[in-house]
Amino acid sequence: MADRRRVNIPFGPQHPALKEPESFLLTLGGEKILAAGVRLGYNHRGIEKACEERTYIQDLYLVERVCGICSHSHSTCFVQAVEEIAGLQIPKRAVYLRTLIAELERIHSHLLWLGVAGHEVGFDTLLMYTWRDREVVMDLLAALTGNRVNYGMNTIGGVRRDITPEQAGQILTAMDVLEERTRYYIGVVTEETTLINRLSNVGKLSYDDAVHLGAVGPTARASGVDRDVRRDDPYAAYEDVSFKVITDTHCDVYGRAVVRVLELMEAYSIVRQLLKKLPDGPVTVKAPRKIPAGEAVGRYEAPRGENVHYVKANGTDKPERVKVRAPTLANVQVVAHMLKDGYLADMPIVVAAIDPCFSCTDRLIAVAHAEPRPPETLTWDELRTYGIDWYRKRGVDFTHLNRTFGNGAT
Amino acid sequence: MADEQTLQVQLVEKFPFLHEKVRIQRVRRMYAAVPAENIAEVFDHVVKEMKFSILCAITGLDQGETLGLQYHLARVSGEILTLLISVPRQQPVVRSVTPYFPAADVYEREVVDLLGFQVQGLVPGNRYPLPDGWPAGQYPLRKDWKADSLKQGGGKKNEVADG
Repeated sequence: MADRRRVNIPFGPQHPALKEPESFLLTLGGEKILAAGVRLGYNHRGIEKACEERTYIQDLYLVERVCGICSHSHSTCFVQAVEEIAGLQIPKRAVYLRTLIAELERIHSHLLWLGVAGHEVGFDTLLMYTWRDREVVMDLLAALTGNRVNYGMNTIGGVRRDITPEQAGQILTAMDVLEERTRYYIGVVTEETTLINRLSNVGKLSYDDAVHLGAVGPTARASGVDRDVRRDDPYAAYEDVSFKVITDTHCDVYGRAVVRVLELMEAYSIVRQLLKKLPDGPVTVKAPRKIPAGEAVGRYEAPRGENVHYVKANGTDKPERVKVRAPTLANVQVVAHMLKDGYLADMPIVVAAIDPCFSCTDRLIAVAHAEPRPPETLTWDELRTYGIDWYRKRGVDFTHLNRTFGNGAT
Repeated sequence: MADEQTLQVQLVEKFPFLHEKVRIQRVRRMYAAVPAENIAEVFDHVVKEMKFSILCAITGLDQGETLGLQYHLARVSGEILTLLISVPRQQPVVRSVTPYFPAADVYEREVVDLLGFQVQGLVPGNRYPLPDGWPAGQYPLRKDWKADSLKQGGGKKNEVADG
């Protein structure tokens, strides 16, 4: 008989606690997680291959759809790499507007995260509050770009939309509103004892482990790793603005919450500085359709951490290779480490604390059949048997339990 | 700019075979083509002595006769050095860099799945990112691969056959 002190629990790919498909295989000893394995790839859509078959300008829109939350981070990272290869000098105003949208995106993403974190620990009031306030920035993004997500702001050689002085005024008003609300959230995160107790010492990640395992973004900064691409490898307009890189030494989910709420304050400050210094002039330069042969590595501090794009051009209007490394791919490997020795009940918040985005991570093939064929239909029993066999092959077998409790399955 | 040139000189001094192989594209961006047989010593030196302590990503390339593998290594101060090695398409064998960077695990599984690299020293584990039932010998990011190659069907049928 199998060791009853160790139980393997499959968690996902479809699970109510997970917002996107990913699969964890947890080995439990009682309530404690003894080991955790991660299986990704359920959102693999073949985007990198698809990029090679499309023109640069088509790719820009495709790459923007790598992720629904941090869409601007992917399109900017990609377009900056293409512009570097083409040797384009982008007008200052366009660079500022790109940075502006980037920070507005960070604000909406961090507010979204705070709500999700509240929800995962049963504090749904926080979810309702933050998501209500997030609408302020969402409305702003819709007014500036025409869309709440997938802004379509970037183009090769600049940005597609300018902003009016009235819009600049609206942005500043919105920043004041959000700053006041964020002061309240800083209070909630740092003073509300229920929240502090729930988040403290959960999902521990030491400084050494964060560095060794390659954590990025707020996840790394909450373990005291002082890294931020915006400062270390500046791009867009970040050299022209001053901001603090927020770090924290709690090394747990609590620290990750603190880092994100404080980063919101920095984002408001950056937005104000950008609008104050916003240069006049055109917002785009003419870009060639064919990009000369060359290569570039683009780096971008997305809300979730360092985003990396590699683009190789071959002189045609289509890239030779596009490679995307989204921040979650770097962080998800850290999650398995954080889960170890924690409790099963902490799993949802620990996973949520890296602000995972698995559609970014997997980015790339739904197996589309090249030739149409009749769809396969499984009956409920067939599907059930298929599922049981699938898990059995991977060492998860409930046959014994099913017999004991008389479920009838074999 | 001076910093990149210093790094370039240091690299060429240590490894004369890299003479004229290290290119500075712009501030903080360097590229070096390294002979495949020397990658182990260059990688070790670059990571340990030259403080390129962050692995940003690993990119696999289909270069026709050869397959290319790029390690994008960064320093805390922001410089990125991309090391390129090329291995024969028929036998694309490379060594795993997981002893240096445990996070390289999924990056290496990705080039195994999508380009057919064989990575020595990679511990057995879940594949990434293709489904478990993906047919053997199909590498989607190779240039000669088209989605038509899948007309035999992936997914469930093959998975049952594999088992």
